[in-house]
Amino acid sequence: MSDVSLTVNGRRVSGNAEDRTLLVHFLREHLGLTGTHVGCDTSQCGACVVHVDGRAVKSCSMLAVQASGSTVVTIEGLADGAELHPVQAAFKEHHGLQCGFCTPGMIMTATDMIARHPQGLDEATVRAELEGNICRCTGYHNIVKAILAASETMAKGAKGKAKQAA
Amino acid sequence: MYSVNYHRASSVADAARQLKNGDAKLLSGGMTLIPAMKTRLASPSDLVDVSRLKELQGVKVSGKTVTIGAATTHYDVSTDEKLKKVCPALAHMASLIGDPAVRHRGTIGGSIANNDPAADYPAALLALGATIVTNKREIAADKFFKGLFETALKEGEIVTAVSFTAPAKAAYQKFRNPASRYAIVGVFVTKGKDGARAAVTGAGEDGVFRSKEIEAALAKNFDAAALGGLKVPAKGLMSDIHASADYRANLIAVMAKRAVAAANA
Repeated sequence: MSDVSLTVNGRRVSGNAEDRTLLVHFLREHLGLTGTHVGCDTSQCGACVVHVDGRAVKSCSMLAVQASGSTVVTIEGLADGAELHPVQAAFKEHHGLQCGFCTPGMIMTATDMIARHPQGLDEATVRAELEGNICRCTGYHNIVKAILAASETMAKGAKGKAKQAA
Repeated sequence: MYSVNYHRASSVADAARQLKNGDAKLLSGGMTLIPAMKTRLASPSDLVDVSRLKELQGVKVSGKTVTIGAATTHYDVSTDEKLKKVCPALAHMASLIGDPAVRHRGTIGGSIANNDPAADYPAALLALGATIVTNKREIAADKFFKGLFETALKEGEIVTAVSFTAPAKAAYQKFRNPASRYAIVGVFVTKGKDGARAAVTGAGEDGVFRSKEIEAALAKNFDAAALGGLKVPAKGLMSDIHASADYRANLIAVMAKRAVAAANA
């Protein structure tokens, strides 16, 4: 057993967990954050993607104790109160989901992808970047559309803020 | 996953001490080890985590000499601006490993210590004539990769860095399995001061290897045209549900041509 201390969605949390506890199970079962899903459990599908210290990782392939001391953001941490994160809003607007099971991982991957491509995204890049996320409804068309739209909205937002600052 | 004891090493020396516990294994990014433990293909008693050690992090470039810390992630290698200037082929190769989330965790040291027969880094380091630095000694890449999942590493030995001289030209091309995205065949070619080197991953029954045929053809003329009549023997190549040995032999020639064309572009 080890002590696991994390900052999850801005909140300091700690708990005691077996060393073999996966980060995804710690989030879901110890912290009750069930938005992060376990899909394939073999690190292929990406339903469990969260951000650890600002980087998208598969929380089914990392021990909770490995993450101890880190800052974690899950799907529950994206919205600002009642206001959806731009990526969430774009998935809603463009119907970027069918059954919705892969959606939390898709959105966490998308926010990371957009952050790493401040110059903007094109369809080929989005599809290549979605390599590690599987939608078994095969609803990629609207997922890609939503990510491209969110990327544009966020670029405009960033420019707006830069103008305000100037 | 079976029960395991986790230790976070405070230094390489501390990691070497902790490795003496039971059947301990080093843990870096864990992108192979953790899934292997989940399926019970691996069941170490203890894990010694070296992924946060600052002394193992980062890419250093000094003139043409490149040194990459063992715990540097694939993402950090693929996006390093200094590396992209002196050896863009290696940054490109790192950008082709797994998927973005895997590249955020997986490390160069972990990849070469595991020596998966379909991993990308072993081909790169062999073709670059790299040196693998451990806590005990330096090992030439030619002597490091021994076979399937086998390396020259001794009990308790820890990879701390890899270093190489950036070649004048280099490129990597891989033909991926459409499902697993691992290399069915990957070929890394370089043209350095000692001539051309070509290493092949994904295909050999004994893991990564240098191709005599490609190197001989490129020795005279480092051009894709020099590989026009190239015949790679199928002997010693893997045959499995993904590809026959003959098909892999053909792919080696095709990937080699593409890699040389890319290196010259």
